[in-house]
Amino acid sequence: MAKNNVIGKTEQRWDAIAKVKGQAKFTADFPINHKLHAKILRSTIAHGYVTAYDITEAEQMPGVVKIFLPEDLPQNKFGTAGHPWSMVPAKRDIEDRTLLTRHVRVYGDDIACVVAKTELEAIRALEKIKVTYEKYPVYLTPKAAMADNARRVHEERDNVIADTSVGYGDVAKELKAADYVIKEHFHTPMQQHVHMENQVAVAWQSEDQRWTCISSTQIPYICRRIIGQAVGVPWSQIRVQKPFIGGGFGNKQEVIIEPLVVALSMACGGRPVEMNLTREESIAYTRTRHAIDYDLAVGVNKDGSITAIDCNVYSNQGGYASHGHAIGGKGGTFINALYKTESLRYAAKTIYTNVATAGAMRGYGIPQVMFALESIMDDAAEKIGMDPIDFRIQNRRPEGFLNTLSHVQQFNFKIDKCLQKGREAFHWDEKLQDSLKYKTGSKRRGVGVAGFSYGSGTYPFGLETAGARLTLMPDASFKLMLGATEIGQGADTAFSQMAADTIGVGYDKIIRDAMSDTDIDPFDTGSYASRQTYITGFAVQEAAEKMKQKILKRASEMYDIRPEYMDIVDGNIVYSHNDQKIADLADFAMSSFYDMAHGRAIVAESSVNIHNNSYASGCTLAQVEVDIETGQIELLSVMNVHDSGKIINPILAEGQVDGGMAMGIAYGLSEGVRYNEAGKPLNNNLMDYKIPTTMDLPDLDHAFVESEDPLGPYGNKSLGENPLCSPAAAIRNAVKNATGVAINSNPLASQHVFEQLKQAHVI
Amino acid sequence: MNQTIEFTLNGETRHYSVDVRQSLLELLRDELALTGTKEGCGVGECGACTVIVDGETVDSCIYLAVWADGKTLTTVEGLAAEDGSLSDVQTAYVQDGAVQCGFCIPGMVLSSTQFLEDNPTPTRPEIKRALSGNMCRCTGYQKIVDAVADVAEKRQENADIAPVNFTRHA
Repeated sequence: MAKNNVIGKTEQRWDAIAKVKGQAKFTADFPINHKLHAKILRSTIAHGYVTAYDITEAEQMPGVVKIFLPEDLPQNKFGTAGHPWSMVPAKRDIEDRTLLTRHVRVYGDDIACVVAKTELEAIRALEKIKVTYEKYPVYLTPKAAMADNARRVHEERDNVIADTSVGYGDVAKELKAADYVIKEHFHTPMQQHVHMENQVAVAWQSEDQRWTCISSTQIPYICRRIIGQAVGVPWSQIRVQKPFIGGGFGNKQEVIIEPLVVALSMACGGRPVEMNLTREESIAYTRTRHAIDYDLAVGVNKDGSITAIDCNVYSNQGGYASHGHAIGGKGGTFINALYKTESLRYAAKTIYTNVATAGAMRGYGIPQVMFALESIMDDAAEKIGMDPIDFRIQNRRPEGFLNTLSHVQQFNFKIDKCLQKGREAFHWDEKLQDSLKYKTGSKRRGVGVAGFSYGSGTYPFGLETAGARLTLMPDASFKLMLGATEIGQGADTAFSQMAADTIGVGYDKIIRDAMSDTDIDPFDTGSYASRQTYITGFAVQEAAEKMKQKILKRASEMYDIRPEYMDIVDGNIVYSHNDQKIADLADFAMSSFYDMAHGRAIVAESSVNIHNNSYASGCTLAQVEVDIETGQIELLSVMNVHDSGKIINPILAEGQVDGGMAMGIAYGLSEGVRYNEAGKPLNNNLMDYKIPTTMDLPDLDHAFVESEDPLGPYGNKSLGENPLCSPAAAIRNAVKNATGVAINSNPLASQHVFEQLKQAHVI
Repeated sequence: MNQTIEFTLNGETRHYSVDVRQSLLELLRDELALTGTKEGCGVGECGACTVIVDGETVDSCIYLAVWADGKTLTTVEGLAAEDGSLSDVQTAYVQDGAVQCGFCIPGMVLSSTQFLEDNPTPTRPEIKRALSGNMCRCTGYQKIVDAVADVAEKRQENADIAPVNFTRHA
């Protein structure tokens, strides 16, 4: 818990100055001599086999160092998902790819590679490679890939790579018993991360004859492991360094280009090889958010109680397994977290197809399931004539609910407080009234609400370990070393506040490093699952407590006072009973290095394995205006309310909410990778793939229902991914409130809305 | 084919022999090691490579290096004062929490700087329009627009934005 008023305060992030000065180095910014450049030859079909390559002309192109076909590189199978290694083989991610492949499963598959002296020369050579294909049928949807006669995308397993069902009670019976049954189909789009820095990595043989890879990754240690597996060397032979990274949002929780870059350096005598994907490659050929189809049925009684939630899920995996069923299979737990129901069934299938491989993306399956769930719950409330906020509050899980699908007990779960606070702060009732004035004519207004719940880390499904190291410096500053990764979200600043608070010094006394390094920093699985401030927070807390105890023990020797009588407050060693100063910590620190009798440098380390989880929650409220003549939606106002426990740094937390809301709003309104029938992506550029600009967003409002979580290390729960879980459903519900038309597939782009309004005879 | 050009870069006169096909971004990053300017798309869509040329912001990825001949250029490295202190725009970005991953920030800061020269008394919609060519995926633009509004307001009040204090061991 916070003691020294560093937790909960807006502190300026330590890396912001370097970033506004252009001084912050990202992966492509390091001066590396004699660097070679690699480009991937991408398949121009979505499913088939390369029967022949002709590289004779390409090999003669200027600057070409070497051209690689699949057989020229190691053939080890590996998976790209950024999960910790599992000691249980059955629980490991599916390993279904090699560095390069003749067997094409997606448009743009990695079928060959050119290394040249310049990037331009590599591209020129690529254009001269001739490829002959045998074409297979292309499956764009789970339904197509599940058809009886469908060809296997991977020979060794069925296209349905996982099929699970969880829940409790008798759903069929409870649906029959309900006053009303609402059945609906929902479809969510393939959103893409569009981190402003594309994937980039550079690798070379280092002086110790091992391999160093600088990469824009969220997961340096997992990256080390997957490179080792893919290229076939012991993991210790790989060193991964992560500098500043230009956004990740889950796409860099995938190890996509690093193994290839290391393998190419190995095949080029250890010379540095860099690969820098283009925006077109990054959007279409890396990872996306899974497009998921839901068949949902909800049984509801006139008194507002819910009898059954029955959910069939079809998760479109694309060509390779990546994170696979971890995403589509996850939703049941978080439906169960939110709603009291007599029965629940959540049956999920994850299916290989020939669209881009889907993987981790901010929200990890929850924005999809919340779009479906929070839409149908809104329709259920409407069916029985209940206010949608009251309906959600009435059906909320009680405090301390034991979620049997995850065995997590939901302490301090405040969805009802979020909805209540949202109703007031958003002026819901006034905006609802205002909307009533716009139910005829060409501009229709409406309001919508949607909730969500989200975990803090992956426990009990995944390993949750983290480490921290603190070194006392001669002026009583502390170097904080972590394997956790700053990826722009401000984690390093939050960790520094935690360390400062626990030791008893100011935030400015904690020094972080821009570079994470698997040779140097303590083991941590990295940035994903909104785990870091929660899981790594425990590691920082333990290292800081150890540091404090070591200081007080040494101070006891030096000042001849029992350690339990002393404390560290505001950078001074004091008597704990009255804060009387015993010594300035800076004088102590100098002595800890150089005093003839007592000088021994002080380092404190921790490594934790956390066996708890705290579920966070929240909601979005939105007011829209729909131009029914064009289908254009204007978002008039929008607010997120978050139950994330103690807020470590308000300005950073607001920044996380703003960014997540923007991504969630665009998930509802404009984003999605589109394909033609042959599986060719149609909009893999920033003109045609619509992320929001400044002009596309209203001012973003937010509020927090703050509390001290009883389990979180500093009373905190997750926040990073949470803000994008509920905006899309809130917007859909607002459009329904405005027009009377429920649109169950995202995004609500004007053409789509127009067609739906027309179909419903609104126009 | 190469051509020798002369231009003023961050206050310093430069002569450089450039390939006539080279973009200004390539010249800055690859030849002059000014890596503060970023490449996010390479085709003028995202604004990460924004620089100021003769008082106008351009996407340096689609601006030929030879076009800089005779012109005055400012990159992000040229904004801070000689003693390293930040400009008011940079300071506001830091203090208002406008910076997250930071990849769009050099372009964003340059667009903001030029815009406030052109329009010292902007409305919020005008700020949004001015920054619409610079994409950011972290912030939802909320605190970025706040920071620019803040600078405009402080300049009008003729008040100094308190300098960023990041001196350790104070």
